[in-house]
Amino acid sequence: MKPRHRKLAIIVSGVSALGIAAALVLNAFESNMVFFFSPSQVAANEAPVGKSFRIGGLVEEGSIKRQSDGVTVNFVVTDTAKVIPVVYTGILPDLFKEGKGVVAQGKLSADGVFRADEVLAKHDENYMPPEAAGALEQARIQKTVMTQ
Amino acid sequence: MIPELGNFALILALLLAITQGTLPIIGAARGIPSWVALARPVVQGQFVFLAIAFGCLAYSFVNNDFSVMNVARNSNSELPIQYRIAASWGSHEGSLLLWVFMLAGWSVAVSVFSRHLPDEMVARVLGVMGLVSVGFILFLLVTSNPFDRLLPAAFEGSDLNPLLQDPGMVIHPPMLYMGYVGFSVAFAFAIAALISGEMDAAWARWSRPWTTVAWVFLTIGIMLGSWWAYYELGWGGWWFWDPVENASFLPWLVGTALVHSLAVTEKRGSFKSWTVLLAICAFSLSLLGTFLVRSGVLTSVHAFATDPTRGVFILAFLVIVIGSSLLLFAWRAPKVGLGGKFDLVSRESMLLANNLLLMVAAGSVLLGTLYPLIMDSLDLGKISVGTPYFEAVFVPLMTPAIFLMGLGPLARWKQASLPELMLRLRWAFGVSVVTALLMPFVMGEWKPLVSFGLLLAFWIIATIFVSIRQRLHNSGQGGLFTKLAKQSRSYYSMHLAHFGIAVFIIGVTLVNGYETEKDVRMEIGSTVTMGGYTFRFNGASPVSGPNYQAMRGDIDVLRNGEKIRVMQPEKRTYNASGMAMTEPAIDTGFLRDLYVALGEPLEDGAWVVRVYHKPFVDWIWFGCLLMAFGGILAVTDRRYRLKVHNKHVETATVAEDKRAASNPRLSTGGKKA
Repeated sequence: MKPRHRKLAIIVSGVSALGIAAALVLNAFESNMVFFFSPSQVAANEAPVGKSFRIGGLVEEGSIKRQSDGVTVNFVVTDTAKVIPVVYTGILPDLFKEGKGVVAQGKLSADGVFRADEVLAKHDENYMPPEAAGALEQARIQKTVMTQ
Repeated sequence: MIPELGNFALILALLLAITQGTLPIIGAARGIPSWVALARPVVQGQFVFLAIAFGCLAYSFVNNDFSVMNVARNSNSELPIQYRIAASWGSHEGSLLLWVFMLAGWSVAVSVFSRHLPDEMVARVLGVMGLVSVGFILFLLVTSNPFDRLLPAAFEGSDLNPLLQDPGMVIHPPMLYMGYVGFSVAFAFAIAALISGEMDAAWARWSRPWTTVAWVFLTIGIMLGSWWAYYELGWGGWWFWDPVENASFLPWLVGTALVHSLAVTEKRGSFKSWTVLLAICAFSLSLLGTFLVRSGVLTSVHAFATDPTRGVFILAFLVIVIGSSLLLFAWRAPKVGLGGKFDLVSRESMLLANNLLLMVAAGSVLLGTLYPLIMDSLDLGKISVGTPYFEAVFVPLMTPAIFLMGLGPLARWKQASLPELMLRLRWAFGVSVVTALLMPFVMGEWKPLVSFGLLLAFWIIATIFVSIRQRLHNSGQGGLFTKLAKQSRSYYSMHLAHFGIAVFIIGVTLVNGYETEKDVRMEIGSTVTMGGYTFRFNGASPVSGPNYQAMRGDIDVLRNGEKIRVMQPEKRTYNASGMAMTEPAIDTGFLRDLYVALGEPLEDGAWVVRVYHKPFVDWIWFGCLLMAFGGILAVTDRRYRLKVHNKHVETATVAEDKRAASNPRLSTGGKKA
């Protein structure tokens, strides 16, 4: 190969490899994005059916119920406007408490119950997950608008 | 009084940093020897003042001076002494002070171990580090002063986050920061080369050990963080693709590319511009990582925006550092040149391919980390990208990289022959395929992904064997041990680090393929069995620690009906913050970990208990340690040690290097592929 051809070959193979890699990355990104919905949005049927998404808000006071197997837990997430019942099997994070913020990831089933396969908690008692805080804020604005 | 002293020392350090960042660089450009000679003493002075400042902060923490805001927020009088010291870098302000203190430490190291470098070069390198230091000290003084007073003083501090009250957390941040900051040396060397326009094999040889040391620190730092997450967060995972973790992984990926690209620049004089670009990227990502984690932008984009001074300063600083170095690169890189030529199939091209793959990997992590933040800050919706994305990207990207990792060390520089390589590696390939196919049966169940992961690992190990065998074959006369002793440390270091990757892959593959996790309700006396072990729950009883109350579970582990161990996981509640924390019990073994954590208490003394059996999980961290040892071995190579001992000979060598660099053939110095 002449030096010019060699250089061209290196550049062409490099660029095409990068192109493939970029396509792969973007495709993976596209198909693995998880969106967040507040309980009000879920109540308004904005959330996708059969696809994983996140919800967030406060754990409603007095809503935590443990089933007889000891590891399945039912609770209700609220943004103070609308509520959504959640069921989760497994150990809940240390900071999961009634009246505190929570974010859960899972799917909405046909009966309107959110089946969480992951309950997220952050590492600070007073910390509110930003998604949950946003959901509460939205609901508050909605309410003020309605009362006016 | 002490905090004011610290504050004053910090201001003096700033003045010295300004001097360090300006006069030596100007002196080097204008040829003023006295200004050039200023670099070393100023660096050492700055170090002294930062040491005083840091000492003052640590003193305030140790003596529970709650009139200092930082201490009141992050410490408590009940806190054990080692955690009070660690708390001085547990907060945003303290950690930035540690950062800049370490930068001063690295600068002193450069000023001491650079006697063989031309004075102008040292002046430029230290000058660039001085400019970085100016930015950080200004940031501390203007927006996040660790010595700010709280008046009236608090009666009691609000405690260090219990998660951070752990030996792993005492050393993890300093290690990580040593890595981040260490890349500033490579960065400063790169900028100095751009300014002077001189970049030869000798340049690469100077900056290489510094980069390697930084990479070693970063590797250990990440490993400690992962290990800490495993045993402290109570989830039993070792990597979560959390933005905080990604922030440290990004500079590691680019740093790894840099270490390899520097090798080519040193040995072959190629990849010059690319190496400079990587050095800039590695340090830029270190800066980004520091700020992502420390600015609070991850916790909430909006909280971050409500306190705009910090945010604006950070963004401005990032834009100035990254923007000006990239501008300088665009302007001066043509002068530095591309360096030696090579063929489509050669060791260079394989290293370049791996470099590109690492950079694409880094790019994909950056996308997954920053995109949700950007979307959120523009109010375009809240999204998250988790583990599935990163796994979908990493496996296909790293597979060719690992294949090339086996090929590269055996390929010749400049021009290699593919058929010849295939001939030399046919046994290595065959053996790794067969073992990878059979191994899963030993584990009890054949799984395609396990076989695939093992294939990658065994391929690395097999090619290392082939490489060493061939190397010995070509080393002339003598017995096996004389031949082994003949090889350079840098040769072994490469294989050791690569072997570390193999061990890491084995760990990841087997733990993902065969781990068992169960969350179960356990009454007193009830048992659960997994992986050949039976766990018997004997109940939980209250205990109290120095600054917490806990329920301690008592679990017997039985194997073949015989009791082999008692495991005591705890559920703690910290006195000061009232925060609950799960403290798992882990039985570490060479082939498996047993992991038990308490969930919630139920009626009649029963608990929800999390029981894990994790085969080969410790190989993950052991592999990282091997990589780090590889790096350490590389730095102790003869050619670096000779320099320190033999200053006079060195001046001659440098001159020779300069001549050699003009002819890349000479600069390889007879090293055979």
